[in-house]
Amino acid sequence: MPGISTASLPDIVFMLLFFFMVTTVMRETDLKIKKPVLPKADQVKKLERKSLVSYIYVGKGKDGGTGDKIQLNDKISTPKNIQSFVLAERATHSEAEIPFLTTSIKADKNAFVGTISDIKEELREVNALKINYSTLPGSALDNLKN
Amino acid sequence: MARRDNPEINAGSMADIAFLLLIFFLVTTTMDVDQGISRKLPEKQDPNVEPPNIKEKNIFDVLVNRNNEILVQNEYVEIGDIRQMAKDFIDNGGGVDAEGNPCDWCNGAKDPESSDHPKKAVVSIESNRGTSYSTFISVQNELVAAYNELRDEYAKKKFGVLFNELSADRQKKIKDDIYPQIISERPPVKN
Repeated sequence: MPGISTASLPDIVFMLLFFFMVTTVMRETDLKIKKPVLPKADQVKKLERKSLVSYIYVGKGKDGGTGDKIQLNDKISTPKNIQSFVLAERATHSEAEIPFLTTSIKADKNAFVGTISDIKEELREVNALKINYSTLPGSALDNLKN
Repeated sequence: MARRDNPEINAGSMADIAFLLLIFFLVTTTMDVDQGISRKLPEKQDPNVEPPNIKEKNIFDVLVNRNNEILVQNEYVEIGDIRQMAKDFIDNGGGVDAEGNPCDWCNGAKDPESSDHPKKAVVSIESNRGTSYSTFISVQNELVAAYNELRDEYAKKKFGVLFNELSADRQKKIKDDIYPQIISERPPVKN
């Protein structure tokens, strides 16, 4: 009885490989700010439909200073640009989806509440009321122990 | 000559190379599991409309200052205590709601100095611009936890399951009528 031909094994592996090569570049990472270390929380909700989520990153810039901001388009921005950013995101979605759009705030745990509050004010101005503070799993009591 | 597939290049190790690359990408792919605390921001208020008058006893004041110290009703507290204090406040039921109905489901102390009814109980967070975000998240987490625990306890008592396992309209009823989540965030002070 002939053995099973393993000649196509590399082909299967290459397919998996290409899959992973493609998925690693799906989310652009920040260049200009350090990757935010998220705080921990346990009363969390998973963000289900990633296509309906816009991301705002907050963290320290590579050259120091207080909380810088960056939007999905990979540029460092100020709170003033948030409104146009949200409107641009809205334009790419259908009418029915707009009420479900969420903004995810990924801020470093050492960011200042003042920056976050500016972001929230701008979101209120443009009526993007559904927000989600991105966190890592864990007990919130650990946040104060560092 | 008969070019059999007796390869000059040994293709047997191609699979090994492919496996190596695969494992490399498996390890470096970070599929960001997105989870976090969901909040709904209040709508932009018309500056001409006056904010509603709320009695002081119906407000649970949480203040966080620059040094990440937490004050509740002007007393220093630890982050671990907030959850229980918030639950006691919301569940107090010392009076009646806007229509005059008392709170039949409250297990609280019914202290007349604390909140009247879960529908009138407002949790207010005020922070400083210089407060650290992680403290802010911890406070939000604990307050949301207080509401979730109260809702779970009620759902357990009434229906025997956890709040998340209830049907959508029962969840809505609990969210609107039994323990509505009224968290108000004041604009942060700058000092």
